Amino acid sequence: MSKPSFVYVTYINSSPEQVWNALQDPEMTTQYWFGHTNASNWEEGSGWEHRRGDTVRLAGTVLEVDPPRRLVLSWAAPEDTENPEKVSRVTFEIEPTGDSTRLTVLHEELDDEMMKGISKGWPAVLSNLKTLLETGQTLAMAAKQCGDE
Amino acid sequence: MAHDIDSVFKALADPTRRRLLDRLHRENGVPLGALCTDLGMSRQAVSKHLAILVAANLVATVRRGREKLHYLNPVPIHEIAQRWIGKYEGDRLRVLSELKRGLELESKEE
Repeated sequence: MSKPSFVYVTYINSSPEQVWNALQDPEMTTQYWFGHTNASNWEEGSGWEHRRGDTVRLAGTVLEVDPPRRLVLSWAAPEDTENPEKVSRVTFEIEPTGDSTRLTVLHEELDDEMMKGISKGWPAVLSNLKTLLETGQTLAMAAKQCGDE
Repeated sequence: MAHDIDSVFKALADPTRRRLLDRLHRENGVPLGALCTDLGMSRQAVSKHLAILVAANLVATVRRGREKLHYLNPVPIHEIAQRWIGKYEGDRLRVLSELKRGLELESKEE
């Protein structure tokens, strides 16, 4: 069995349902994902896309949906979705912990190129998501740290 | 809350725990045994330090079959950078863009 390559954990002062909604709502993703929108009907087996404007930056398949606990996506550059070597997998796990919610992102089966892109990207995206859910605002200065190409 | 900023700084204020984080930074997702071997410490001692790092959310664990793998979680350190350093980055960029504007104006006036 392959090892997960990266794990990110953040605690958000919010409910599991709100965190779940924030992962899927196109308007919310645009706010904390530095202008990128996640779009799908979020049903198992459907496709999903990570877009900036009309440009698709990432794409994949919705592999598992268990609201509001677990969402699993395949994750690749749009030209690589058919190449098993280049397709990674992202698992979002949402657990209530006392007065807040623990969000774990596991990013597995990464190739070097994707690893470079995501290792700076996830901490920025997740702390932005946390700030948005807790305060209704996003971090203006964080955008350039996302390594947005 | 278990992951407040005090617990992050307390966890970082120990050389052994920073070595553990350095070890995970080199290679992420390792079982306890490998950490003990690399640091030359007992399981008990390493477990104690790991518990403090986990409580501060600096280390996250994932179960893989019978193994528990330890991962460096960069999110709290990113939040610290955002809180203090991000602000200075913004100022630096602003100063640079003012310098650029000033110099460009000057060269037009010449």
